[in-house]
Amino acid sequence: MFYREAGQFKTSYGADQALLPIRQDRYGMFILLAIAFIGLPLFASDYWLTAILIPFLVFSLAALGLNVLTGYAGQLSLGTAAFMAVGAVATYNFELRVPGMPVLVSFLLGGLSAAAVGILFGLPSLRIKGFYLAVATLAAQFFIPWLITKVGWFSNYSASGVITAQPIEILGAAFDTPMRKYLLVLAIVAVMALLAKNLVRSRIGRAWMAVRDMDVAAEVIGIRILRTKLTAFAVSSFYCGMAGALYAYAYLGSVEPDGFNLDLSFRILFMVIVGGVGSIMGSFLGAAFITLVPIFLEVALTEANAAFNLNLGPGVTSMSQLLVFGGLIIFFLIVEPHGLARLWQIAKEKLRLWPFPH
Amino acid sequence: MKTWMKALTALLAVTGGLTLVQPAAAQQAGTQFMGILGYRVGPYGANGAAFFTGMIDYLNLINERDGGINGIKLSWEECETEYNNAKGVECYERLKTRTSTGPTAIHPMSTGITYGLIDKAPADKIPLITLGYGRTDATDGRVFPWVFPILSNYWDGATGIVKFIDDQEKGSLKGKKIVLLYHDSAYGKEPQPVLEAEAAKLGFELKMIPVPHPGNEQQSQWLQIRQYKPDWVILWGWGVMSATALSTAQKVGFPRDKMVGIWWAGSEIDTEAAGPAAEGYYAASLNLAGKDFQVVKDVEKFVYAKGKGGDPKLVGTVLWNRGLAAAMFTVEAVRTAQGKYGKKPVTGEQTRWGIENLNIDQNRLDQLGFGSMVPPLKLSCADHGGSGLVRFQKWEGAKWNAASDWMSGDRALIRKMVEESAGKYAKEKNITAGCLKG
Repeated sequence: MFYREAGQFKTSYGADQALLPIRQDRYGMFILLAIAFIGLPLFASDYWLTAILIPFLVFSLAALGLNVLTGYAGQLSLGTAAFMAVGAVATYNFELRVPGMPVLVSFLLGGLSAAAVGILFGLPSLRIKGFYLAVATLAAQFFIPWLITKVGWFSNYSASGVITAQPIEILGAAFDTPMRKYLLVLAIVAVMALLAKNLVRSRIGRAWMAVRDMDVAAEVIGIRILRTKLTAFAVSSFYCGMAGALYAYAYLGSVEPDGFNLDLSFRILFMVIVGGVGSIMGSFLGAAFITLVPIFLEVALTEANAAFNLNLGPGVTSMSQLLVFGGLIIFFLIVEPHGLARLWQIAKEKLRLWPFPH
Repeated sequence: MKTWMKALTALLAVTGGLTLVQPAAAQQAGTQFMGILGYRVGPYGANGAAFFTGMIDYLNLINERDGGINGIKLSWEECETEYNNAKGVECYERLKTRTSTGPTAIHPMSTGITYGLIDKAPADKIPLITLGYGRTDATDGRVFPWVFPILSNYWDGATGIVKFIDDQEKGSLKGKKIVLLYHDSAYGKEPQPVLEAEAAKLGFELKMIPVPHPGNEQQSQWLQIRQYKPDWVILWGWGVMSATALSTAQKVGFPRDKMVGIWWAGSEIDTEAAGPAAEGYYAASLNLAGKDFQVVKDVEKFVYAKGKGGDPKLVGTVLWNRGLAAAMFTVEAVRTAQGKYGKKPVTGEQTRWGIENLNIDQNRLDQLGFGSMVPPLKLSCADHGGSGLVRFQKWEGAKWNAASDWMSGDRALIRKMVEESAGKYAKEKNITAGCLKG
């Protein structure tokens, strides 16, 4: 009833190729952006901004990066956290060693450094595929944090290997409150998501998907495999590097190389799988699921414990939270193996016919 | 999608929504609220459970025996961090706005989380107490007014261990070979600069071997140790890593009485898990184990007898006693702050003043029932650390026995390095060092 495109005529190629061809979707997106940019900063508490929304956005960006590589170009990677580490450490060093370096430029350079490292570790993808490639990227996951720890220069010879992010200042404005940090992260993530959405619809994106679906066929129709795979690695690592820089600068404030471990890579991979492989929106849904559900479960269980006087020890609630969360992941994967993004798509299709399905 | 699945999804959405609207129960008004960043799951869960049970048992004791601090009851909320830095920051943000006075003082119980909070604490005006862990150069309170690495820090521990080894070697370490087997994290890296300085000063050879988290596989590290043939091994372990090190040492035939652990590798949890392999192993300690203290008897009488205790099996263990001491220092800091700001719940800012002006001498320790469990503690603006005393204990197969008296490491060297390192941090962060007023 509300979600029906009857009567919306497209009179130009431009209109037909628009990102959001249906008017309701466009309005929906405007409302969503308005809520994110205006509503949330006005009404959300500091806890919400720093502990929930900023990590959600940062992880969305990282998941988006991995989704470009795994979902669109079909190259399985377990080195996401390592590329995030490169982004964070490179940003830190650009800020530290180049006087008067604008922080946004440092973020970009951090992302580019990660892209360079990504290309390097993407080289084996030309010869090996699938699980074997995953093992090769695993090398990045172990090598990079080790290198950052081993070479003291990267952390400015900090005794514990921890890097502490410098304060963020853009054009004289200090981004020190949770709200400002949130807006900064939101703006960066929004722009980068828009870029990614356009990129996967472009020639490059189509080449990625062709390589993903069948690389021999792609090669036959004239797609250069080398260049396509390496651009996927570069773009993906660039996104992950930016996410790593934001993770350090806008979220945690200080990071140790050890924090970018295999667990984090797996978490991001799970976000992609739960959210939807090969879907920009899926990256956001997956990040929301993996970062937010454990927090809600913990709060809900603590609440239930207090409200019904269950007298469960703190250990029991923490354990049961992990159990329930694991169960939920399995539940969603059984319900829809193609991820939450696919569920959303099905919901939209049903909504078009609602309330009178055939 | 089947109907029951839809129903389940809807239910999830509704409960999710409800928890959003109503974030956790409101704390009782008029109490002194304590925010606790705890962990009881994961590879370090057993260690965390012992420490945080001790802490909460002491808070219960204050409520049950004394009716609070000067009549102000204590309340608390524990948030599970899983020893994970990101979750620790989330918990901190969740607890920091509870009640008008905030979480009083935070014990992060993780060096990594401490690093994550050091920059946030001054902005939120919440003091961090890091009892025997955390950032060592924060001892300089003029650069780190909000951080209190009390009792002893890692550099006290490291130089203390070197001194202990030196005593065992009859006063000469020249030409000896010492291995530092460390947990590859901020925690394990903290002692390295001071050990390097000690090696240069005393003329021993130092080799540092990392063990990746969580450390339940150490074959290659011990192979390296066997090839290197060190005279001593310093074990900088945590959680499952410590027990694994002891049992692997037995496998490769390295004598355990040539191994000295830091205090986090020196609890019953570590040695009991290693079984007979642990016999003869030394560890530094910040506090004595055992039930032979008045305060432990009080906890049993006022808390456990009333069914409010956490876990009777933990009572009197090293980490449980340490939790008790950690809670005692917070409570005493609140009491000190009340002396200046009046008998009402005090804020984090007022607690900070209370911690900085703590003066717990032996007399006061006896009054509190702690006796010789921990050394006396006196803090000031320039010194946020305290005595720096450590004591060595030896695992004799069933319990820890004292192997030395309270002793201190190379305090002059540490102070010099602390000031250098804090100065570097202040420069990097544009901090003007100075003392905060009241």
